[in-house]
Amino acid sequence: MTEKSSKEKLICYHCGEPCEDDSIGIDEKIFCCNGCKTVYEMLDANNLCNYYSIESSPGIKKTDIKRNFDFLNDEAIIKKLIDFSTEELTSITFYIPQMHCSSCIWILENLYKFNPGIKYSEVNFLKKTLSVRFNQKEISLKNLVELLDSIGYLPLLNLEEKNIRNENLVLKKLYYKVGIAGFSFGNIMLLSFPEYLSLQDVVTDNIKSVFSVLNFILILPVVFYSASEYFISAYKGLRNKIFNIDVPITLGIFTVFLRSIYEISFHIGPGYFDSLAGLVFFLLLGKLFQNKTYDTLNFERNYKSYFPIAVTIFVDGKETSVPVENLPVGQRIRIHNNEILPADSVLISSSALVDYSFVTGEATPIHKSNSDLLYAGGKIVGEAVDVETIKDVSQSYLTQLWNSKAFTKNFDSNINNIVNAVSKYFTFLVFGVALLGFFFWLSTDINKAFNAFTAVLIIACPCALALSTPFTLGNTMRIFGRKKFYIKNVDVLEKLSKVNHIVFDKTGTITESGHSELGFVGIGLSFDEKKIIVSLTKNSSHPLSRQITHRLKVNDFFSVDNYQEFPGKGISGNVNGHFVQIGSAEFLQISEDFLNKATNIFIKIDSVFRGFFSVNNKYRPGLDAVIEKLVSRFNLSVLSGDNNSEEKTLRKIFTHSENILFNQSPFDKLEFIKKCQVKKDFVLMLGDGLNDAGALAQSNVGISVSENINNFSPACDGILDSESFYLLNDFISFSKTSMKIIIISFVISFLYNIIGFYFALKGNLSPVVAAILMPLSSVSVVVFTTLAVNLKAKLIGLTNWK
Amino acid sequence: MILILIGASLIVAVGFLIAYLWAVKSGQFSDKHTPAIRILFEDKLKISKQNQENINEY
Repeated sequence: MTEKSSKEKLICYHCGEPCEDDSIGIDEKIFCCNGCKTVYEMLDANNLCNYYSIESSPGIKKTDIKRNFDFLNDEAIIKKLIDFSTEELTSITFYIPQMHCSSCIWILENLYKFNPGIKYSEVNFLKKTLSVRFNQKEISLKNLVELLDSIGYLPLLNLEEKNIRNENLVLKKLYYKVGIAGFSFGNIMLLSFPEYLSLQDVVTDNIKSVFSVLNFILILPVVFYSASEYFISAYKGLRNKIFNIDVPITLGIFTVFLRSIYEISFHIGPGYFDSLAGLVFFLLLGKLFQNKTYDTLNFERNYKSYFPIAVTIFVDGKETSVPVENLPVGQRIRIHNNEILPADSVLISSSALVDYSFVTGEATPIHKSNSDLLYAGGKIVGEAVDVETIKDVSQSYLTQLWNSKAFTKNFDSNINNIVNAVSKYFTFLVFGVALLGFFFWLSTDINKAFNAFTAVLIIACPCALALSTPFTLGNTMRIFGRKKFYIKNVDVLEKLSKVNHIVFDKTGTITESGHSELGFVGIGLSFDEKKIIVSLTKNSSHPLSRQITHRLKVNDFFSVDNYQEFPGKGISGNVNGHFVQIGSAEFLQISEDFLNKATNIFIKIDSVFRGFFSVNNKYRPGLDAVIEKLVSRFNLSVLSGDNNSEEKTLRKIFTHSENILFNQSPFDKLEFIKKCQVKKDFVLMLGDGLNDAGALAQSNVGISVSENINNFSPACDGILDSESFYLLNDFISFSKTSMKIIIISFVISFLYNIIGFYFALKGNLSPVVAAILMPLSSVSVVVFTTLAVNLKAKLIGLTNWK
Repeated sequence: MILILIGASLIVAVGFLIAYLWAVKSGQFSDKHTPAIRILFEDKLKISKQNQENINEY
C-alpha cells in the first residue's frame, strides 16, 4: 500500500478519475473500476470508440448499482412518459443531467448503433434533453432506459417535467410574430420612401395609391396576428379593472390603424402604417429580449420531481413495481441503496441509514432501527431495506406542505408592478391632452379637432415606456446570470428591489452542505494515536468514520484484530495492543456532561476517555462580510431546522437580529414568513432543501441557494450558486439601481412625448415626423437603458468575467 | 416599370419570410447551441483517421 505514492498518477481512460492501480485494464487502457471497463468494452464492440477521441476521458463513472426498471413495463407509466406513439414509432424525451461535453452528444446521437430498434436520437445540450424515436416492437422502453443506464447516462424519469414543451411553443410563436412584423415593417418603410422624400416627379399619384394599398395589405398581419396578444392582454386587464400597459398600446394601435385607413380611403394622406409596423416590431423585440430563460434550470419543481415514479413491492414473494401514486397505506415496500422513500413509513428491517439531505440539508445520514418511523423524502444509504407505509404519498409529513395555500396562490401577481402603475396615470394624461386639443380646435375647425385628438393618441403610444422595462431588466438578468444568480423572470427583479426583510435558512444555505468540519476536542492527538484511530475507522463505511479517516490524513495503518461494528452506535477493535472504541456517548457510556447537542463522536483508548470529534457547521466563506453589509439596511432572520447548538456562533454573525429560531419544522418556517407579511414586510427567503419549499413559495421572493445549480432545487423565483453567495448584497442593491434606471427612462420617454404633443396639438402631425419620432424615442430608451445598466454594473464590479 | 420592380422585390421578400418561418417551424431557433457542436463531429473522425494512417505509413 505504501508504494502508491511513488507511482505516477493513473487516470481512468473512461471517466478520468484517478485509479488505485493498473490491475483493471484492456487494450493498454487503464480503468478505475469494472463499471468503466464494461462501458468501454460495450463501446468498443459497437465501434463507437470515437467517443474517446472527441474529448479525453469523457465518461461518467459507472457505479455498479443494479437498478430495477421493471416499472417501465407498466402501460400507464409508459403512456405518461412518452410524447407520442404510433404502431411503428414511439417518441420520448429524456432529461439526462449527466450530459456534460461534446462526446456525450456524439454517443447519444449514435445510439442507433447499439440497437437497430432505435431509429433516431437528438440532443439538446442546453436543456440536457435527449429525444429518441424507437420502434417499441424491437426495443422496449425498459430496454432503452437500461441501455442508457449501462453507458452511464441514466435519464431522470419523472412525470412532472413534461410541461417544458409548451414553453417552447410560446417562444416559437413569438419568433413568428417578430418575423412577420419585421418583414412588414421593412417593406412598408420601403414603400413609404417616396412620401418621406416627396419625390413628386418620379412617383405619380397613381403609383402612390398602389403603394398605399400594398401598405394596407402588409399591415394586416401585423395588426391582427403579431399585435394580437396586446389586445388580449388589454381586454383581460380591463375586465379585471386594471389599466395595464397594454391598454394604451392597444388604444394607440387601433387609432393609428383606423385613422390611416380613413386617410388612405379619402386620399387625404399616406397614413401612418410605417410607424405602426415599427412600433409593433420594437415591442415584440423587447418581449423577445425579456424572454431570456435558463433552459437547464427548472423553477417549478415540487416534491414529485424528487420522488421515484415507482417502488418495488412484493406480490406472492416476487419483486414487482407499482407506480408511486397508486401506493396504498400499509403496503410493504423495498427501498434500495440511493432510492428515496416516497411516503412516511415504519422500518421493518433491523436497521437503516437514512440521508435526509434532500429534506433538511443535513449531510450526515441518520441511523434508524427496527420499527422506527421514517419520513418521506429520506434517501436510503447502504443495504436495501423493507418498510411499511403508514400514510399516503400526498399526506406524508413533508408532502403535506404542498397542500398549503402558498402553492396554489395566483402567480400572476404583477398587477402592481411599476409599468402598470405608471401606465394607468399615463392613459388618463394622454386622454386629457387629447381632449384638450379636441376642444381647442372644435370651435374653429372640426376636422382639425378630430385630427389633433387622434394625433395625440398616436404619438403618445407608450412604446418607449413599454420597452424600458424589458431592456433594463433583461440586461440586469443577464448580468446576474453571468455572476451565477439565475432568475426565473424579470418580474422577480422588481420584487427583489422592494425587499426589506431577509430570512435565511441555516443548514445548506448559510452553511456549506456536505462540508461539515470535524473538530477534535481534547488534548491533541499524537501521531501514533491518530494512526491507531484511523486504522480502526478505515474499516467502517459509515460516513462519520470516513470523515474521521479523511480528517486525520494518516496513510500508515496498524493491523486490527477483533474488529466489531455496532450499527448506529460505534465501532471497536484491538489495534497495536490497544483496545479502541469509537462511537456515540451512549455506546461508550460517557456521562451526560459531555453531551453537547451537536453530533459528537467519542473516542476511548484502553477504556480511557480520550476526547471527541464534533461535527461543526462550516459557514459559507464571506458570510460575515455579507451580513455586516446587510444588517444595517434589512431586517434579518435565521430559521433553522436543527437544534440550537450553533446559537452562539450565529448570534455573533447576526448581531442585531431578533429572530434566530431553532427546531423549525417546514410548517413553522412557512408560518413565520406569513407572520412577517402580515406586518407588511416584503420578505426575501433564502433556502435550499425541500423543507424550505413552503417558505420559499410563501415569501415575496424565494431564492434557492445551491452548490450545484443542476441539482434539484425546490420551486423558487431564482437560483443562486453558492459561489456567489457573498454577492447577495450587491444583487439586491443592483436590482434597486435597475428600478431607478427604469424611472429615468420613463422621464426620457415623457420628454419625447411632450415634443410629440407639440406637433400633434397643432393638428397637422405629418407621417414623417411620426415615423422619425416614434422609433427615435424607442431606440434612445433602449440604448440608454442598456448602456446605463452595463455601466453601472461595471462600476459595482458585477461584470468582470470569470 | 416601377410596379414590376416593386412586385419583384415583394416576391423576393416573401420568399425570405417563408424561409424564416420554415426555419422557426423546423426548430432551428429552439436550440442554438447543440448544432454548433454537432457540425464538428464528422470532421474530427476523418482527421483522427488520417492522422492514424499517416502515423502508420512512417
